[in-house]
Amino acid sequence: MTVMAAYLIRRLWQMVPTLFGVVLLVFFLFKYFGGDPAEILGGLNATPEQIAAIRQQLGLDQTVWVQLGIYFKSILSFDWGKSWATNEAVSSLFASRLPATLTVMLPILILDVLLALPIAMWVAYRRGSLADRTIMVITTVALSISFLVYIIVGQYLFGFQLGWFPVQGWSDSVWTNLATYAPLPVLLAVMVGLAPQTRLYRSFFLDEMGQDYVRTARAKGLTENTVMFKHVLRNAMIPILTNIGLALPGVFVGSFLIEVFFSIPGLGREVLLAVNRSDYPVIQAVTVYLAVITMVINLVVDVLFKVVDPRVVLK
Amino acid sequence: MSAVLQPGASVPLRVEHSEGVWHAAWRRFKSDRVGLFCAIVVVAFLLLIVVAALGGVAKNWQREVGVANAPPTFLGPRPAEAIGVIEVPKGPNVDLSAVDPLAPRYKEWDERAAKFKTEETVKAETLPMGADRLGRDVLSKAIKGTQISVFVGVMAALVATGIGTLLGAFAGFFGGKVGDFLEWLYNVFEAIPGILLIFAFAAVFGRGIGTVVLILGLTGWTGLYRQVRAEFIKHRNREYVRSAEAIGASVWSRIFSHILPNVSHVILVRMSLLVVGFIKAEVILSYLGLGVGIDDVSWGTMLAEAQSELILGYWWQLVAATVFMAAFVTAFSLMADALRDALDPKLRGLE
Repeated sequence: MTVMAAYLIRRLWQMVPTLFGVVLLVFFLFKYFGGDPAEILGGLNATPEQIAAIRQQLGLDQTVWVQLGIYFKSILSFDWGKSWATNEAVSSLFASRLPATLTVMLPILILDVLLALPIAMWVAYRRGSLADRTIMVITTVALSISFLVYIIVGQYLFGFQLGWFPVQGWSDSVWTNLATYAPLPVLLAVMVGLAPQTRLYRSFFLDEMGQDYVRTARAKGLTENTVMFKHVLRNAMIPILTNIGLALPGVFVGSFLIEVFFSIPGLGREVLLAVNRSDYPVIQAVTVYLAVITMVINLVVDVLFKVVDPRVVLK
Repeated sequence: MSAVLQPGASVPLRVEHSEGVWHAAWRRFKSDRVGLFCAIVVVAFLLLIVVAALGGVAKNWQREVGVANAPPTFLGPRPAEAIGVIEVPKGPNVDLSAVDPLAPRYKEWDERAAKFKTEETVKAETLPMGADRLGRDVLSKAIKGTQISVFVGVMAALVATGIGTLLGAFAGFFGGKVGDFLEWLYNVFEAIPGILLIFAFAAVFGRGIGTVVLILGLTGWTGLYRQVRAEFIKHRNREYVRSAEAIGASVWSRIFSHILPNVSHVILVRMSLLVVGFIKAEVILSYLGLGVGIDDVSWGTMLAEAQSELILGYWWQLVAATVFMAAFVTAFSLMADALRDALDPKLRGLE
């Protein structure tokens, strides 16, 4: 246990310089390339006096280092400031947008894995067969079509022409959302995500099936089912879980395209709106906040590996 | 016995040349039918792009040559009532000059109008792949869009490869403080989800082709950096590098003329994978209005227009952009796969 504690402390300590770097990157990116916030805030008709007043209010008349200090202080005190466009506190913006994003993204993530896993295992087992080659060709073509085309055509076909789903919309009730508004975006996103996931998992399965232990298992007369499900599957789960861990931080920003197309009031759409409005506090806060989430999730995944696979040595 | 060695009859000393890596790769690549076919398709696309860039085809893609939303030729022209044309009445004109207050000036206006040169353009009823809502030829747009989208993808991949290779080479070769610093930089870029990093850069850099190239290049170098670094760590203590050092090769010469050629196949494979990713990213950025400017056309801006056209039943722009993109991206990815298998069989399965 002490090993684990020491590991956790070291990993958390290592996050400090990375996070520091993320803050520096965001700060200087917006400071030197982002244009003058006072002019963006003041609008086209602002007088020089008004601009000067805004600069003073934001602390923009101070030196760079003082501004950086103010920025760090606001981050450490969890005071993200207010959106320039709506004057809504950035923290409440997160709290109100995140549920919608999770309502759509979690089913997508789960369905992707649940569908890709059996397909990948099956085609890997029948490597080189007609089924394998057909699925590989289909996934190659499916991968080359833009995500946009899936959404445009899917929304038109299933929502507009066939009328199976509402074209877009969102409600306040989680159950209405899950039952009525989420299915079409989830369906389309799963169609898009399935091709790359299947190919990736197939390569993981193939890697494992070429290993010596599989030959040994077959040589001692185990049934194909035992070999595939007890030996290959369990070993292939390691890279698969790593991959899911890598995909997890993306869940929080959501698929912004889906949120834009289906008018889902989620975090991804909010970020895009912020980019279009040059709403810097929101973009900066989301970037720093997601960097923290990404690092924490990576740490949790690493620790989980230790729990699942005793061979993993924490270093 | 005196053996007379005749110059002409001497058996030439055969020097066994071992096959070079590029030669061996080409031999493997040639035997891959699918890869070879895809390479031909990609080369054909590249030729089309060069011709389009020089103004040979699709130069006048902005000219409104057809009627609005003209259908593709094989569908035939739309019936007149569908376009909403009102027939000119054929009856005799009623003479209104007695009551028309403007009547005295018609002659003067006609004379003045005659001084300007007007050109009667006949707008085509149908075009090979139809027209968009302004009557621009979709085929020309698709070709021009191919030029822009592929150009952005390739240039961004070059920028990302340049950054990734340089930083990776330094991190791997020097290690120590330089390596630590570059690893820190890598961690910082990796900590931020890719699309968010692209958005943050797009928010501050504005729009345009050059900007998209810069944004994608500056955010997309991390994977390549990691691999080049690993290769350089592997190579830096090999004997050939040691020997080069012993005969006085400088640090730069060891990095760029000794090690780099030996890892260039890895870089090439990675770069070709980047091109596909960046083309897809450009399409999405352009669709969202964060990509190429409004005076340019790319597959992304075509898809953005196609969305509203589809609801009205004008599907041809959507199909044209999708088919061009799918054909190029499929051919390019399969070529990249074949290239990877040919250059570095160890990388097989890495996707």
